[in-house]
Amino acid sequence: MIRSLIYSITFHSVLVLLTILSLPFMLREPIDLPPIVSVELIQITDKTSIPYAPKARKIIEETKKKEEERLVSEQAPPAAKAKEKPDRIPLPNEMKEEKKIIKKKQNPEEVKPEIRQSSEFEKKEIVDTNEIAALIDKAKEEEAVKQTKTDKITQSTQKNSFATGLTLSQEDALRAQIFGCWSVPLGLPYDENLLVRIKLQLKKDGTIMKSEILDHQRMNKPGQKFYKVLAESALRAVRLCQPLKVPPTGYDKWKNLQLNFNPTEMLKG
Amino acid sequence: MKKILLVFILNIFLFNKSFALIEIDITRGNLDPLPIAVSPLYVDIKSENYEGIKIKELGEDISKIIEDNFKSTGLFNPLKKEAFVQKPDIAHLKPRFEDWRLIKAQALVTGKLLVINGKLKVEFRLWDLAAAKEMTALAFTTTPSNWRRVAHIISDKIYERLTGEEGYFDTRIIYVAESGPKEQRVKKLAIMDQDGANTKYLTLGNELVLTPRFNPTNQMVTYMSYFRNMPRVYLLDIETGTQEVVGNFPGMTFAPRFSPDGKKIVMSFAKDGNSDIYTMDIDSRVVERITNHSSIDTSPSFSPDGKFIAFNSDRSGLQQIYVMRSDGSGVKRITFGNGIYGTPVWSPRGDLIAFTKMRKGRFYIGVMRTDGSGERLLTENYYQEAPSWSPNGRVLVFYRETKSGSKGEGFTAKLWSIDITGYNERRLKTETDASDPSWSSLLSK
Repeated sequence: MIRSLIYSITFHSVLVLLTILSLPFMLREPIDLPPIVSVELIQITDKTSIPYAPKARKIIEETKKKEEERLVSEQAPPAAKAKEKPDRIPLPNEMKEEKKIIKKKQNPEEVKPEIRQSSEFEKKEIVDTNEIAALIDKAKEEEAVKQTKTDKITQSTQKNSFATGLTLSQEDALRAQIFGCWSVPLGLPYDENLLVRIKLQLKKDGTIMKSEILDHQRMNKPGQKFYKVLAESALRAVRLCQPLKVPPTGYDKWKNLQLNFNPTEMLKG
Repeated sequence: MKKILLVFILNIFLFNKSFALIEIDITRGNLDPLPIAVSPLYVDIKSENYEGIKIKELGEDISKIIEDNFKSTGLFNPLKKEAFVQKPDIAHLKPRFEDWRLIKAQALVTGKLLVINGKLKVEFRLWDLAAAKEMTALAFTTTPSNWRRVAHIISDKIYERLTGEEGYFDTRIIYVAESGPKEQRVKKLAIMDQDGANTKYLTLGNELVLTPRFNPTNQMVTYMSYFRNMPRVYLLDIETGTQEVVGNFPGMTFAPRFSPDGKKIVMSFAKDGNSDIYTMDIDSRVVERITNHSSIDTSPSFSPDGKFIAFNSDRSGLQQIYVMRSDGSGVKRITFGNGIYGTPVWSPRGDLIAFTKMRKGRFYIGVMRTDGSGERLLTENYYQEAPSWSPNGRVLVFYRETKSGSKGEGFTAKLWSIDITGYNERRLKTETDASDPSWSSLLSK
């Protein structure tokens, strides 16, 4: 009897000890709550028009200058790079005939349509909407059709709202930033459908993690030179613009972004 | 249980929908010319000397021509070489993209040349600096004396890669070189590269010459000159220098132009105060009458597919532009605006017709659609006319007379070019006064 009591006490003690050690909250330090500071809530649209105090502006400008200077020094070329062996890049083929042109290498990174017919983004969307909807209910198929319809090459008519992650002023700021970076190729015809859709995956600081032209297979089709030129200019604009002016919060909402580049209005003058 | 599972899946689905993809429409951008860096071509140290050519300076010279070509388009902004961050040989092998981006360049042109065994070998690469990748790379081999043409061909290839349109730099312009006082004006046929270099005179200036036009292969020229004191249409072979009168017309012939296939010449033939449009087959010499009207029909110009002819006529009272089928049927007036319209020229793209318009004593160069709609006047002046299209249908060249002298007693005639957007009006370099320009097609095509 005493023996079994000792066993019981020992086992229970071990269990209690294990429980104490395995529960991390037991070890947590008491939360150090900061003192409550009252703040005034204002709309972002109002905030953007508030000028900086002169002193604050000075500090910001100085910080920006320092950052720029640091950027330059970081991007200084490494000495070793200049000593790269010339034979790394193959010489173009020589020609026997005069004035004849040899096409050596065009777009080494271009993707052949037969290898990759649709973008990874598009594939994901197709799986997420259509397949799940079909599994749930036949009635949901109609919704899936609607969803696919909106994915067609048309300019977005739906305005983004708070529910989609960006306020109108945030959206305008982003748009204005890209306007400044986009050198529109002026030789493009204005009577062709030249909408370029680029899907971006962004980091929290607004730099681009991944960019993809949704209709990239069109770029390599014959007779689509203008589309290719426009798509390249749009990609260039996005890359030159980064980091994009994104809000500090709501990363999950804007980490995936789609930009629809359409120069028609500009080209028509 | 099954229902609960379905509701759960549905919830997940709807939750995902609440984070719908944000779409932003970008409908505007900046219209500044694209900043481009044209690095001097690296001259290979194995290069041998070649008569009359400074090999060491050839790399700089070629890049200068490319730069000038780009600048003339108004679409590119070549950056100053003082700001360049890499030597030409290193830049050609592997540019440091981030450094080139610091000088605000978006595209970079690098190249290398070698003169050996009497041959010039040139290679170039075009880099997209934002994407840090090569956009195109080509190589050419030719005789060293052709170095200017190589520069123009490189310009064409880069222009095409960056704009999607064919270039127009490896082309020539034929025009009437003028000199002397107005009463005793000497007019000679002259030909030059589109940038004003390599001017050559094809006639001596003993007779007046007017309205020269290239054939599609750029080997023949048709123009109007005088034969036994009678204006007649001539045909000149540029290679051999031989010339002949076109057809045996019992009157004066003028305003000639080739058909798009180069087999026919369309022109006006005037007799007894009436002029009509005729075509003549160059090989068989068969003449065909196209219009038959009591008015003055002149300045015919074929559409690029050869199916239509645009011309001007005063059959409605004032001189206006008309379009008809190439056999003369289906004549249709296309201009109805105020003023007098003339010298219609069909664009090589086929979408527009360029013209000269005179209204209230002022002259305008303009373009309109082939049905006469969408008229746009590009430039206006005291006296200007005779537009001619660049081979890509993007630019027009024409001539303009301006008064000169302290009291405006004299005048000068010069060639000018303008983009079809109405921007980028520029004067072309010519050795003398110049009029009646005609732009060739691409020589390297």
